[in-house]
Amino acid sequence: MRARSGAEPPRPGSGGLGSVLVANRGEIALRVVRACRELGIRAVAVYSDADASAAHVRMADEAVHLGKSAASKSYLNGDAVLKAARSAGVDAVHPGYGFLSERPAFAAAVEEAGLTFVGPPSSVIATMGDKAAARALARSADVPVVPGSDEVASVEDAVAAAEEVGYPVLVKASAGGGGRGIRPAATADELRTVVVEAQREASSAFGSDAVYVERALQGPKHVEVQVLADTHGNVVHCWERECSLQRRRQKILEEAPAPGLAPAVREGLCEAAVRLTREVGYVGAGTVEFLVEGDEFFFIEMNTRIQVEHPITEWVTGLDLVAEQLRIAGGAELSVSQDEIVCRGASIEFRVNAEDPDQDFLPSPGEVTGLELPGGPGVRVDTALMAGDAVPPFYDSLVAKLAVWAPTREQALARGRRALAEYRVDGLPTTIGLHRRLLDEPAVVDGTYDITTLESWLAERSR
Amino acid sequence: MASHTITSRTPGVFYHRPSPDADPYVTEGASVSEGDTVGLVEVMKTFHEVKADAAGTVSRFLVENEDEVTIGQDLVELET
Repeated sequence: MRARSGAEPPRPGSGGLGSVLVANRGEIALRVVRACRELGIRAVAVYSDADASAAHVRMADEAVHLGKSAASKSYLNGDAVLKAARSAGVDAVHPGYGFLSERPAFAAAVEEAGLTFVGPPSSVIATMGDKAAARALARSADVPVVPGSDEVASVEDAVAAAEEVGYPVLVKASAGGGGRGIRPAATADELRTVVVEAQREASSAFGSDAVYVERALQGPKHVEVQVLADTHGNVVHCWERECSLQRRRQKILEEAPAPGLAPAVREGLCEAAVRLTREVGYVGAGTVEFLVEGDEFFFIEMNTRIQVEHPITEWVTGLDLVAEQLRIAGGAELSVSQDEIVCRGASIEFRVNAEDPDQDFLPSPGEVTGLELPGGPGVRVDTALMAGDAVPPFYDSLVAKLAVWAPTREQALARGRRALAEYRVDGLPTTIGLHRRLLDEPAVVDGTYDITTLESWLAERSR
Repeated sequence: MASHTITSRTPGVFYHRPSPDADPYVTEGASVSEGDTVGLVEVMKTFHEVKADAAGTVSRFLVENEDEVTIGQDLVELET
């Protein structure tokens, strides 16, 4: 523990964290290590066999070995991570994103060990991880959810429910999931047939014929709001991010602010996100995700951790979200008030994945034989991948994030094209070329794309 | 009897079963047809089925469940 100017050493919950275990790998581990170093916090990395010489290990103050390369034997092994935290004598554990970041049992184990979990209380993670509980909480915070019914007992119940939520509707099996057991209906007549089929299918597929009716959205946009909450009851939003360009529900490109978002909708979204954050007793950095269609918006879920795409919010607000997380975890008040959080200019993030877009995004681990990173004004690259490093096959395919900023969206697009043209990765295929092509697409250039755009575009190209 | 070896088309982690609680795809002594699934390789959070590229009887597994495998590594030996 290091002493601060003539005062007692920092203690968790009172005057700041002295040391943090960074329970992750890759670019986000490096991001957290960097924030720790700037705040004078000792950063302890963890690593698997495959990552013994990785950048996040080299740049940390210390590193603890977790286990074999497979994620289940290392970064997903909560017991091993907790043991590393104890042996390193840290005050807190930062989970990053993915891996253990949204597992309530892990957060609870950290709390029980007397350490600070850099994130919300484990009970909040549990609530937000339960779809029905999160939806109920949103309703009680007066946050709109996709209009839907409770389970319907009969065909005529379904028709009555559909009148209320509005056509077109989807009939969904209560026990379904992952897109299974969903049928559309545009009219009451169609619905009468579909409900019977859906009940029959649900009964044989899930062992329960319970179904419910939900409004069918027609190509909505995915817009999410960044929030921050401290332990003193302060809650702020840091404006929104537009994340509709997705493939199989994986985001590929994000931007802030959301282009074309009506000012009233934007205000409504941000206020709703703050209400929900307050209602659940949130602490730390979080993201409230919505679907937006026309002038309506609907809550879908809350991510109780730092997001991959946080750099674009940092670009437009000037905040350091990871530093805020660490300060909040140390018991400090937010460094800014709502009035001070201004959204300035435009930022776009391009996810660089080790995947081959020409082979249906086949994962492409391997050695990076050459690397040239873009630079210059308004360009930020978050990556832990260096020339000569190998991308291991054991973890997520995200290897880098390029985020650009410019005073206007048009300039940000131009800067993105310029930076992507400079970016070179040799030795394995990545999504860089895909981003270059996307920036020539009219729907991307004019910002009218929705959550169906990328998949339709890819389907057309592969034909 | 000739023997034939099924190899991994991708690096990753090898699994004998579709999910931790499920039965193995095949066990030693089982007969398989060409195209049958004999295992699973996880690479970057995606799962790829390992298919038998010949018909025969499984004589032995050359890797354990959850072993790390490299591209081209021998996985399963068949008697054809």
